[in-house]
Amino acid sequence: MKRAWALLLFVLMSVAAYAATPDMPRFRFENFTTANGLPDNHVFTVLVDGDRVWAGTENGLALYEAGKWKVFTTADGLAHRAVLSLALDKSTGDLWVGTMGGLSHISAGRIDTYTQLNSGLSNDVVYGVGVQGDYVWTATAAGASRLNTRTGEWSLYNERNAPMGEIWAYAVSTGADKVYYAVWGGGVLEYTLATGRWKDYTDPDGENELVLFKDQGLIHKITTSVSYVDKVLWVATYFGDSHYDGRSWHNFMVKDSGLPSNFTNQVKGLDATRAWFCTDKGLAYYDGVNWAVYRPSLTNGKPEMYVRDAAGAITPIVVETAPAHNYVLAVDLQGDDIWVATAKGLSHGIRQK
Amino acid sequence: MRLRPIRVVPGSAAIVAVMAVAVVFAFLAFTLSAKAKPDSDEARYLNPREMVLSPDGHRLYVMCEGSDEVRIVDASSGKVLQVVAVGHMPRGISLSPDGRQIYVANSWVDTLSVIDASSLKVVRTLATGFEPNSVVSDREGKTLYVANRLSSDISVIDLESGQETKRLLAGRGASYLALSADGKLLYCTHVYPRIGAHRTPPESEVTVIDTDRQRVIERKPLHNVGGVFHIALSADGKLGVAPQLRPKNLVPLAHVEHGWAFGDSLALFGEDVGGGVVQVPIDELDRYFAMPYAVAITPDKSKLYVSSSGADSITVIDIPKMLSYVHAASGPIANDLSASANYVVTRIPVGRNPKGLLLSGDGKRLYVANRLDDSISVIDTNNDVVVSSIDLGGKQDMTPLRRGERIFYTARFAFQGQFSCANCHIDATFDGLQWDLEPDGFGVDIVDNRSIEDLSGTEPFKWNGGNPNMATECGPRTEKYFYRSQSYNSAELADLVSYVMALPLRPNRYRLPAGELTPAQERGKAIFERKTNKFGKAIAESNQCAYCHSGPKYTNQKLADVGTGKKTDRSPLVDVPQLTNVAYSGPYLHDGSARSMEEIWTIFNPKDTHGFTNDLTKDELNDLIEYLRTL
Repeated sequence: MKRAWALLLFVLMSVAAYAATPDMPRFRFENFTTANGLPDNHVFTVLVDGDRVWAGTENGLALYEAGKWKVFTTADGLAHRAVLSLALDKSTGDLWVGTMGGLSHISAGRIDTYTQLNSGLSNDVVYGVGVQGDYVWTATAAGASRLNTRTGEWSLYNERNAPMGEIWAYAVSTGADKVYYAVWGGGVLEYTLATGRWKDYTDPDGENELVLFKDQGLIHKITTSVSYVDKVLWVATYFGDSHYDGRSWHNFMVKDSGLPSNFTNQVKGLDATRAWFCTDKGLAYYDGVNWAVYRPSLTNGKPEMYVRDAAGAITPIVVETAPAHNYVLAVDLQGDDIWVATAKGLSHGIRQK
Repeated sequence: MRLRPIRVVPGSAAIVAVMAVAVVFAFLAFTLSAKAKPDSDEARYLNPREMVLSPDGHRLYVMCEGSDEVRIVDASSGKVLQVVAVGHMPRGISLSPDGRQIYVANSWVDTLSVIDASSLKVVRTLATGFEPNSVVSDREGKTLYVANRLSSDISVIDLESGQETKRLLAGRGASYLALSADGKLLYCTHVYPRIGAHRTPPESEVTVIDTDRQRVIERKPLHNVGGVFHIALSADGKLGVAPQLRPKNLVPLAHVEHGWAFGDSLALFGEDVGGGVVQVPIDELDRYFAMPYAVAITPDKSKLYVSSSGADSITVIDIPKMLSYVHAASGPIANDLSASANYVVTRIPVGRNPKGLLLSGDGKRLYVANRLDDSISVIDTNNDVVVSSIDLGGKQDMTPLRRGERIFYTARFAFQGQFSCANCHIDATFDGLQWDLEPDGFGVDIVDNRSIEDLSGTEPFKWNGGNPNMATECGPRTEKYFYRSQSYNSAELADLVSYVMALPLRPNRYRLPAGELTPAQERGKAIFERKTNKFGKAIAESNQCAYCHSGPKYTNQKLADVGTGKKTDRSPLVDVPQLTNVAYSGPYLHDGSARSMEEIWTIFNPKDTHGFTNDLTKDELNDLIEYLRTL
């Protein structure tokens, strides 16, 4: 009888807890590795193009279409086997591929490659790429490059013509009016199309690498990712993340948010309030108030999800699947589904509710 | 009557003088402006190139490349009804789906002229990419697609706004378009092969566009193919045909007698030939039909017609026989010149330099634009004979330039009619290929084909500077060595030289409208003209860009060793090339080993022997290239 009461009590508490838990997205994750078609388990980036999914791995570019993987390598003309970044030209359907050995342009199966030797590209290590109208912007190990696809003109931006104290450009995000760069050690650079001018955002006092007081400015100038959406800038660093609406900064760290780690490889803003964070300790989602984390347990590897509400209360959610690895490098959305690039495979999160 | 004497007042002499000067200036201005205007209709050759037919079949709209106009011709009487002026160097013409508008691609001014078919007036002018060569409307009449030859892309233009909404990546030298009968697919061909790895077979493509999504969805590879011209689809959509050139540029041109110069062939694709592309020859074992240009397929798919613009004839092909032969073939047949006997029905002689073809709606009449005769041949497709000829008017008397132009475009001087000047210099430009010209062994002295625009002041010719003038270049060298004939007489050679030396420079698209330079171009100009390196040390005069590349054409007309010679070159000395319009003529260096301008310096100038450049940063090199593109 006691056991029955205890069970009833547990159920009631669980229901109560569940009822109070914010309703965050839940997924059933299907994972892809070399065992089922990926060319490599180390997946640097992922990009959704309608029903098709592109995955940039350490050993080639993979396209998932109609349930099958097709792999592109240097033998097909790809600039380098290590694919670091991807960008889709939504107007033409062409794909731009940033690699460790140049920039490739894939158009209806044809691959053209730009390198620092055969073109005006600033450097062959292309960490980030973004498309904005007729321009293709790249973040490289030697600054930023912009290709005018109509005229073929390359414009380079570095310490000589931009406030780029460091030239290790790590990521780029393009908008209709502005382009943002994450510069590793150089904070964030903002390019305004209307004026053609650059502006930098670094540590507020200009002396330290990090923000001294919460929300005073960019959280840290070792930035890894930017995401510009709805005129709001999301920034990822290895020391926490930032949100900037053009007037105010809001920073996130493990100690004051639901982030599972301050070490963030990528941030992908959905809109002005919601974003996904790819950290070394799992994938996190922020809906503007609450947080959810998805990962294999850091202790036993079992699938794990938990939700953190606005008050900081953490509620574990029973799940049966998780992303392939907790070291998450990139995400992209496919409707309600999510694709997750990790250090040990690519995961397709199929939305359950 | 007594004339009143003119009273001279103080200062009037000055006034009179000023007035006299003004009158002289006015006269000069009038004279110059009169000369600047195009010659009158009667004074110009028309060079009809393409045609379309009004929906009722009563009017031919003939686009005349030479006179920058469209001539409206009564299809029954052959009379020219009206002339509509369009932009400079029109190359493409098409109709709106309802036939109410005529679109003309003006290749040298990067515009489309939209002509109202009722009023026959240009009602709109739309901007395109660089050197628009053809234009096609979608089935709904809402979107125009324009193949841009120099920018190697396809402009997608929203007709309502008149704005270009996107550019689609095409192959190199995008030039001709054809819409499938159901309007769902658009096909594009290209006059230049892709710039690929050095000394590899030329590769081209047929670019396929989904018109619903306005995206390129396929690129059909064309192996061993250089120039590809018009393209046509059968009414049932199961057969696509594109005339093309198969250059044999990897073997010495000494082997003309083996047929190793050019093959004239068709690329076939579609359901009728299976999944891929099949290439079939139209030449015969001992007779060639050079520069196949346009193609027309009869509505019942029984026959197709190909204009051989260098052979002054139309090739007629029995399609069922051709398809049967293709299906029975056990391997590639593109180089089997005996194959054509199985499907070529006849060759119809027409006028000089036949270009565009047009079938009447019922397929009973085939119109042929004889570009260098200013006429149209009308062929009865039942009997495949010319039944009449339409004289379009234009200049009647022959000039040396006209005679030279005819020689340039005909293959009749070459052994077995294999090729003409225009084979390598497509539309008087270049072919994007590197040739093994000399009889000095395979792979020795490879040379990149150069542009032949605005050549005066760039002598000597050839990459080794061996020909002091154009008469030497075009005369014994061409006729005896290339053509394996001795056909020119001195008058013909003089005419040919006159024509080649008069070829104008295409407009440069990288200069701003008023001629000023962008900041990047200005910086590049300073690098081009600099005399000291970035460390303040003097650069040897012979190693300054502007020393060798001097003068109005950016050549000092001398030979130089810039360290780019290869072991297979007999001499490291090369002719300093002119740089005018250098942006268009890649690949670069004497042997075409630099695929881009960047590679000239990033790969082929390790010791600063081709200009002092290794002190430049990457962005400075980009600036230099931006300047070079303006020359």
